Parts: sequence; C-alpha cells; structure tokens
Amino acid sequence: MSETVRVIGDTLPGADFNAPLLEVDDLRVEFRVRGQRIPAVRGASFTLEQGRTLAVVGESGSGKSVTSQAIMGILDTPPATITGGAVRLHGVDLLEQSEETRREVRGNHIAIVFQDALSALNPLWSVGFQIGELFRVHRGTSRKDAKLKAVELLDQVGIPDAKNRVGDYPHQFSGGMRQRVMIAMALALDPEVLIADEPTTALDVTVQAQIMRLLKRIQAERNMGLILITHDLGVVADVADEVAVMYAGEVVERAGIRDAFKRPAHPYTKALLRAIPRVDTVGQELEVIRGLPPNPAKLPGGCPFHPRCFAAEDKCATEVPPWIEPAEFHGSRCHFAEEVYTDER
Amino acid sequence: MSELTAPVPTTERQASLWSDAFRTMRRRPDVIIATLVLLLVFAMAAFPRLFTDKDPTQCLGREARLRPDTWFTGDHPLGTDAFGCDFAATLVHGTRPTIALALSVIVASVVIGLVLGIYAGYYGGWLDSVISRALDVFVVIPMLMGAILILSLFRGRVSTESLVETIAAPAIALTLFGWMEFCRYTRAATLETKNLDYVIAAKCLGASDRRIMFKHILPNAIVPVTAVVPTTIGGIIVTESALAVLGIGVQPPATSWGVLLSDGTEWAGGGYVYLFAWPLGLLILTVFAFATFGDALRDALDPKLR
Repeated sequence: MSETVRVIGDTLPGADFNAPLLEVDDLRVEFRVRGQRIPAVRGASFTLEQGRTLAVVGESGSGKSVTSQAIMGILDTPPATITGGAVRLHGVDLLEQSEETRREVRGNHIAIVFQDALSALNPLWSVGFQIGELFRVHRGTSRKDAKLKAVELLDQVGIPDAKNRVGDYPHQFSGGMRQRVMIAMALALDPEVLIADEPTTALDVTVQAQIMRLLKRIQAERNMGLILITHDLGVVADVADEVAVMYAGEVVERAGIRDAFKRPAHPYTKALLRAIPRVDTVGQELEVIRGLPPNPAKLPGGCPFHPRCFAAEDKCATEVPPWIEPAEFHGSRCHFAEEVYTDER
Repeated sequence: MSELTAPVPTTERQASLWSDAFRTMRRRPDVIIATLVLLLVFAMAAFPRLFTDKDPTQCLGREARLRPDTWFTGDHPLGTDAFGCDFAATLVHGTRPTIALALSVIVASVVIGLVLGIYAGYYGGWLDSVISRALDVFVVIPMLMGAILILSLFRGRVSTESLVETIAAPAIALTLFGWMEFCRYTRAATLETKNLDYVIAAKCLGASDRRIMFKHILPNAIVPVTAVVPTTIGGIIVTESALAVLGIGVQPPATSWGVLLSDGTEWAGGGYVYLFAWPLGLLILTVFAFATFGDALRDALDPKLR
C-alpha cells in the first residue's frame, strides 16, 4: 500500500473515528421535472463499516444509482435536489460540507467504479497518464514517480505486463482489462470507501467472476468498505457481507448476507430469490414477479410493493409499513415481516 | 514453467488522431503544394533578406515605374513602384505585417473563443446566457463592417517603424469580430463532452472544475476548432486587404499586401498592371493555400470521412 501516512483529518475536518465509516441516514432525493416533484430516493438508510461489503440490490429505477451519486456528490442539481437525510463519513455529514471539501473527499475518501469502463476513461489520454494524474494533482508527485505508481497499481489489479501497457490508450484494452484500469484509478488515492456501480454488467460471465474476485481481494487487502451496487443477486452472494434491498426509492430490507438469502423478511426479496434460475430447477418454469416497477411519479399508496406482492392484504394499500426487525441486524419494511421471516407467508 | 504467452510488442505505438491526420494529408498532392506555398510565404515574412537584398525604403524618384521587362534579372526584378522603390523588396517586406496580423488575430480569436466557449458550455446558466447573447450580437455584424466601424475611431494613427504599432489597431478590430465561430464550436463540443462518463469519472476522483475543463473537455473541442483555423486565416488576410484599400487598415508608409493592392489599383489602369497583379496574385495564392490546407485538415481529422 502507500508508503505515505495520510492523516484523514487533513482532508476531512472533524472526522470521528469511533463513528461508522459511512452512514446513510434517511436520504431523500427528488427530481423536479416540468414542475413535478418526482421522488427517486425516499429515505434510504444503511451503514457501512470498515472492511465490510454492502450490496445494494434492486431493479432499474429503484434508486440505487441515485443514492450512490448522492453519496459522491455528483448529482445534477437541478433537476435533482437532496431534500433530506444525511450522508456521514466518519461522522461528518458530507451534505453540509463546502464544494471544496466534497471535492477533497472524492477520490481521497470515497471512489467509484462505473459500469461502462470504456466511456469512463478519457480516450485521448493514455491510462498511465490518467492514473498518474491523480498522484500529480492530489499528491504533487513528479511525472516520473506518478508513472511508476501507475505501473504499480496496474500490476496490483492484475494487468499483465503493466510496465509496457502503461502508455496504452483505453481502446487498446479489452473490456475486463478496462474495468481493471478503472479499479486501479479508483484505488489510486487509497479511499476508505469504494462504490462499485454495477461493475460487471458490461462484461461477460467469466470476466465478471474475475473482476468480482479482484474487488474482493483488494477490499480485504486494504480493509476498505465496499458498496456493491448491482441487480445480480448471484454476484452478491459470493462477495457481500450485508445486503440492502431497494424498491421504489427506499431500502425495504437490510440483513446479513446469509440471513437475507436463507430467510428473507420482505416479500420482494423472497420473490427476487425465487426468480433466480438454479441448477436444481432445470425444466421447471421460473417464477417471476408480476407487474412492473412502479412509476416514481405515481407511487401506489401504502406499501409501494403491494400491487405485486403475494402476501398483500387490504391494509397494505392504505398503511405505510413500519420498519420491523424480526431478528437482530435484520430489518424489513413490511407489515408481515415476522411471518415472511418465519416462512409463514 | 515455460513461457507460453506471446511476447508483447513493445515498440509498436498506436497512431494518434494527429499522426493519422498527418499521414492522410501527406498523400494528397494539393496539400503538398499548399504547404510549400505557405512555407514560402512564412519564410518571406520571417526572413525577407533571403528573398531580396534591396531596402524597400531606398527609393529614387527618377527610377519610378520601371516595368519589370528584365524578367527576374537586372537591378529590379519586379520593376519599381510609383515612388521608385524596388517592387520586389516592397512586396517581400509587406509580407511580414500581413502574416503577423493574420496570425495575431487568429491566435487571439481562438484563445478568446475557446475560453468563453468552454466556460459557457461547462457552467451553463446565466454565464452561458450572457456569453451566448454577446456572441449573437457580434455575429450579426459582418467582420468587415465591424472592423470599419472600430477603425474609424482610430483615425489619425501614425504609422511607425514598430511592427506592433503597425498592426495593433487592425488586429484588435478584426479579433473583436473574429472570435465567435471558435466560441460556438467550443461551446457545442463542451456541451457534448461534459456529461460523458469519463468527465463524471474525473469529477468522482476529485478533479477540479478547471482541470476537467482544460484537461478532459478542451482536447475534444480542439479538433473541430483546428479544422477551421487555416480557412479563417485566409479570410482575415482578405479582410485586412479590404481595410487597407479603404485606407483604414495598415497605414502607409508601412506596407502590407493590402496597402500594395490599394496603391496598385491607381496605376493598373495606366498600363502598370504588374503593380496590381503581383500583390493580388500573392494574396490569392496564399488564401487559396490556407483554404486547401484547412479543407484537407478538416477531412483528415474527421474520422467519418476516412
């Protein structure tokens, strides 16, 4: 890892190291489009501790990416506005910080890996230049040392012959290799939190596994917190420690990974798990979740999942379900969380 | 374990956009000719002594209007002008103000256009509105007319030996009405680029706005701007000549091609066509060379036309 000891308080004044690494508390984001206010995130809460991996899963439009953008501070405002909640890094609420501090936080404390590595790398600069740029700008490293660092990083993320490839341009790398370059860039400044926003969606299956293994290894080596945003539950099972399931802009279930897979406490999670094709169900018809994700501009009343829910009853359409914890560290936003958890529903 | 993977070639470098463009252009004969013409003109501007050993200010009244009958031999290869000055020397020494003016106008226009365009495109909002409306105002005034308006304010300028003083006023006037095209191109390219993933990725890694603008967005905007530069230089040279003919460009006794043209028109009707034809020919040749070069550059830089 880096030889220079970095004092986190330098770039993040007021950091408290007894506080959780990253805490998203009741985050609310709205988009204002043509005079209409459309909620994209309606109270997302989760906590990430050092050295842990949190998977955020959900369908398209469930607010996963908007949440990660809000954490990074790269939401387009307008049309988006953060209407409430807090994003606390080491106890410091990032949403209250100046743009200058937030810029320091990006890259230094929180970094992100995007889905499409080809478009996330500048085609006009060599990868070595782009990685080295981080050292030159943030650390004032000389051009030569920055290049050496870039080689070192490329080597760490498993790019063969890194020394000779450091001068290559993004288009000269394959999809998997580009994603490795992206990861190298994200890791350059030793962030404590890495957000991977669907890092493997654009890759084929074997490469997906490689990239996931790489992320896992690096996370363990550096004791980082990793937020893995995905809609692929298969990916989640191998890598994550905890999972937060999002639906219609809110976290509907939060649990340890084993618990979530074995005994989901929300009907949505349960239905998602049933919809995964498995080897022992070959030949049988795959279960699906009926209907479509709700239009965020016209959310159904009560529990937003009730029109598609197998366990729904009358009160689901009228009453917003409370947060129920049927077990320790296992919460669900469902009226019948206990019954779903114990498999009575 | 034996080495099974193929050795990675280390020396082979992938061609960049610019070297590709260069290679494409090198194959076109018209570009080669245009380049030679431009090199000749630039050489005349930079080292007039290479082309003539006469001093254009040494004039003898009794040698006025000698026709160039001797054809490139003798004392005055291109004859003499109305004041008895060696015309070849006058022509060669007139190149420097012409080219210096065109280059300073283009550099200033490109810089102004790029900076305003990138700020307007990147920040948007009121800044974009202000810059875009200002641009609209300047765009509706043709360059020549605008320059005439501005230069008539500078009447009574005295020309001196200094090159800067000779070209400053027309350069300012032409720049004022020459930056809009570059601004538009840059603004459009910025709007297109600023929401690309790699710009957002750079932002996520803590890059400052200015760094994003000039390291990640500007290189994309440079290409369309570069392609119009040579063609615009040709336009500027023509406009300068027009100003000189109107008597408000470069002021005599300093010479530019425009000034020579202006003087030449008085004598062309009287049988001294060469006083008019030489500067005109040189002007047309240069503008044509710039236009050809610009056209070829635009084609070469546009991957869709390859």
